[in-house]
Amino acid sequence: MGDFLEYAVRGLPVGCVFALLALGLVLNYKTSGVFNLAFGAQAYTSAAVFYVLRKEHEWPLLPAAFVAVVVVGALLGFILERGLYRHLRTAPALAKLVTSLGLLIAIPEITKLVFGFGDKPQYNPPPLWPTKRTDDFLWPEGSRIVLDAGQITTILCTVLVCIGLWLLFNRSSLGLQMRAVVESPRLVELQGIDADRVSLASWILSSMLAGLSGVLIAPLFAALVDQDFVTLLVAALACTVFGNLTNLPKTVLGGLLLGILQQELTGFLPPNSDLTTAVRPSLPFVVLIGLVVGRLIVAKIRKRPASFDKDISDPMAGVDPPPPVPVAMMRPPWMTGATRVFGIVVVLAGLYLCWNVLDPSWLGLVVAGLCVGVIMLSMVMVTGIGGTVSLCQATFAAIGAFTTAQLVQRYEVSVLVAMGIGALVAALVGAVVALPVIRLPTVYAALTTLAFALFFEKTVRPLRDISGGPNPLPVPRPLVGSIDFADNKSFLLLVMAVLGFLGTAAILVRGGTTGRFLDALRGSETAAASIGISPGRSRLVAFTLAAGIAGFGGGLLASYNGQANYEASYVYLYGLIWLVLVVTAGSRSVQAAIVSGITFFIFPKLLELLFSFPGNWLVSHPETKGFVRTLAEFPDPSWAQGVAFILFGIGSLTYAKHPEGIIEFQTTASVNKMVKTLARFRQPLATEGAQHG
Amino acid sequence: MVEPLLRAEGITKRFSGINALSDIDLRVFPGELVALIGPNGAGKTTFFNCLSGLLRPDAGEVWFDGHDLDGMATHHRARLGLARTFQRIELFGGMTVRQHLLVAERARTKRGGLWRDLLHLSAPTVDERTRCDDVLELLGLTDVAEAAAESLSLGRGRIVELGRALMCQPKLLFLDEPSSGLDVSETSEMGDVLLTVQREQHVAILLVEHDVPMVERLAGRTYVLDCGVKIADGPTREVLARADVRAAYLGQGV
Repeated sequence: MGDFLEYAVRGLPVGCVFALLALGLVLNYKTSGVFNLAFGAQAYTSAAVFYVLRKEHEWPLLPAAFVAVVVVGALLGFILERGLYRHLRTAPALAKLVTSLGLLIAIPEITKLVFGFGDKPQYNPPPLWPTKRTDDFLWPEGSRIVLDAGQITTILCTVLVCIGLWLLFNRSSLGLQMRAVVESPRLVELQGIDADRVSLASWILSSMLAGLSGVLIAPLFAALVDQDFVTLLVAALACTVFGNLTNLPKTVLGGLLLGILQQELTGFLPPNSDLTTAVRPSLPFVVLIGLVVGRLIVAKIRKRPASFDKDISDPMAGVDPPPPVPVAMMRPPWMTGATRVFGIVVVLAGLYLCWNVLDPSWLGLVVAGLCVGVIMLSMVMVTGIGGTVSLCQATFAAIGAFTTAQLVQRYEVSVLVAMGIGALVAALVGAVVALPVIRLPTVYAALTTLAFALFFEKTVRPLRDISGGPNPLPVPRPLVGSIDFADNKSFLLLVMAVLGFLGTAAILVRGGTTGRFLDALRGSETAAASIGISPGRSRLVAFTLAAGIAGFGGGLLASYNGQANYEASYVYLYGLIWLVLVVTAGSRSVQAAIVSGITFFIFPKLLELLFSFPGNWLVSHPETKGFVRTLAEFPDPSWAQGVAFILFGIGSLTYAKHPEGIIEFQTTASVNKMVKTLARFRQPLATEGAQHG
Repeated sequence: MVEPLLRAEGITKRFSGINALSDIDLRVFPGELVALIGPNGAGKTTFFNCLSGLLRPDAGEVWFDGHDLDGMATHHRARLGLARTFQRIELFGGMTVRQHLLVAERARTKRGGLWRDLLHLSAPTVDERTRCDDVLELLGLTDVAEAAAESLSLGRGRIVELGRALMCQPKLLFLDEPSSGLDVSETSEMGDVLLTVQREQHVAILLVEHDVPMVERLAGRTYVLDCGVKIADGPTREVLARADVRAAYLGQGV
């Protein structure tokens, strides 16, 4: 019992940090309807600013803390609200989610670039308390339950924040207005209160909370790594799920419980056992998934709809203009034919280019891009066509890759057959994951799949029997009869054939009964159910199919690389970037998957070229001095990828304006222009085109 | 004696302490048109949601065509022949009127499936097209069949919802305020359409409605709810003539 209490007290501080970030998330979600996943990145940024000020500029504690938490937090909140989310208030939930994902990717990259962190790690993040030694302020002395200065600071901060929030909501007019905005922003505006101002205040406040939690938790890590803050984010997400995304006190309680649970597990599980090393790091993910699944099961037993807080719907959403008509519906039939011919010409030209013009390294990028294109196709399938947000497609790709590698290694199965089996295994796992996920509202589906991806990364990936441990398992190129795909050119043909086959399948599903049912479900789930469409079945099919496609893509990518290398190809972060890319280009389009796949590899390379020409030229000139010279010499291999990720993230912001995707938007614009131009020459054709609209 | 098509007994629903519905009984016989009226907040839509499975009542049971509906999901109820429309119109974004009807037809026949899609066999059959054309004709939607349903006026949108429900070949149709948001001529058109549907397709209809003249014109029997309690039921004329009904609903002094 004594041990139990001891561990509980030790768990409190970490629980407090979880609670702080979770409070920010809930506060923001309640007042602005945005579930801002970028808070994880904002926490990182504040921690990084604090690190730089304290360690590199040796500022005193309080000013550094003030700048890192209050100034940076407020500034980020201000920029995000004014620059972005104010304009997204009526946007669909997916738009808000994708933009926040884009920011989750972009903000840490920008931070690293600004501070020139590059690839060198930032060791020993400074604590938010004055002493260097953390054990000289213990409480209570002589007892077995000890807290060091850092832990006490953390608890104090949290208590202060809680009291502050309580006062804000119960004693101040701003707090009252915030509560009112949650209920109905429209009514609040009718009362003459500026809902924008209230929303801005909540963005600033919650961003400061995120910053505070980042600064508080940083000293617990050996070095400042942005990925660790995503783990913190997921822990906070678990707390928000505990509090139903809206209940502040329950959210805090969730944070404390999670912190305590983590310590108890550390204390009571046998140290150094496989179970402990496997379970401990993924506890927040397991808890999140457990909470969601548990709630679904309870609802099932009670035969009631699960009590998930529905995505906050804006009462003004009804006055939005209807979505644009798909370009395929509005262009005249002859133009559809022409588009197809044009497409074939483009593919052939691309093939010619790859065959005869491109040098091998670029050809390699194209082939890798097409492999990733297959994984992105799975995102088109599940998100664009299926209407379910999945943040774990990269994980399904990893499952496919590992299965392929293991089958080839252990049972000497032919590579292509192994890829097929890998796809089946991924589909099977996908079906299991889908069972809860397809029943969830957008935000919950995103959180649960993200938790699954992280769970896989922390717990399954290290298992030697599955992934081969630290050394990636080799996967050879396929050999079919006398055709050897070892050469990149022949492998390119194979990947193109696979893409052609799977892409056609996706188009058929999209246009077929399954696609129609899914469209209906996306339009209105209640209405779809009222005509007898099972909400679960079609989505399950789409999700499972998508997982299978991702699995096959993962196998292909592994075969191209010659190994199933998790860190190089399948980390959850890539999954997020791929999703952001494909959704930006066009979440329902096969074309978009292919284009985004290639873009993912080619774009950083192009950036590098673009900057290295003037850079090299400047460096070669002796007159280049000072700052310009530093700038010209700056590029190291990793920066181009960082900049590319930032641009991808920022690109996703167009999604809010063009949910149909950039490709569809551009095509529509050019088709419109062509129809108009032709109308001058051929009146009858134009009227035909107009009728199709 | 004829068995009732729908039999709801003792339906009770509470929302955090408020009694939204207490102990409501209701019967609908095959081919009958029944109205459910009451002031706003009387619990009519809640009652509908309990019947169509969007909510689970705290007590009471619902029997439909010999099936106990307790805990049955909405889409299963729909397959038994229970279709509905919505007070706040619920159309499928990006679909034309014809597609609305075809998707409902597919949902009924269950002639779908992944394999058919993958083999490109899921185009509408001649049969499906004919049925769809019939319903379009019946509801006077033929001229807007290829228009995006969302672009139609509210009145037309409600008719599309009705058409979508009819494609399910329902035995019983729940209509939640079909005339709300419609002008006088549209309301009268809606009334005509409902009578045609009831007579030609022998569909029983349960109608929630505020428009008293429309109720008088259409409904043989009427139930009145007030504050979650049933205060009257019986032949429409008699019910509407009752003093307590007029007081509760029509706002006229006794």
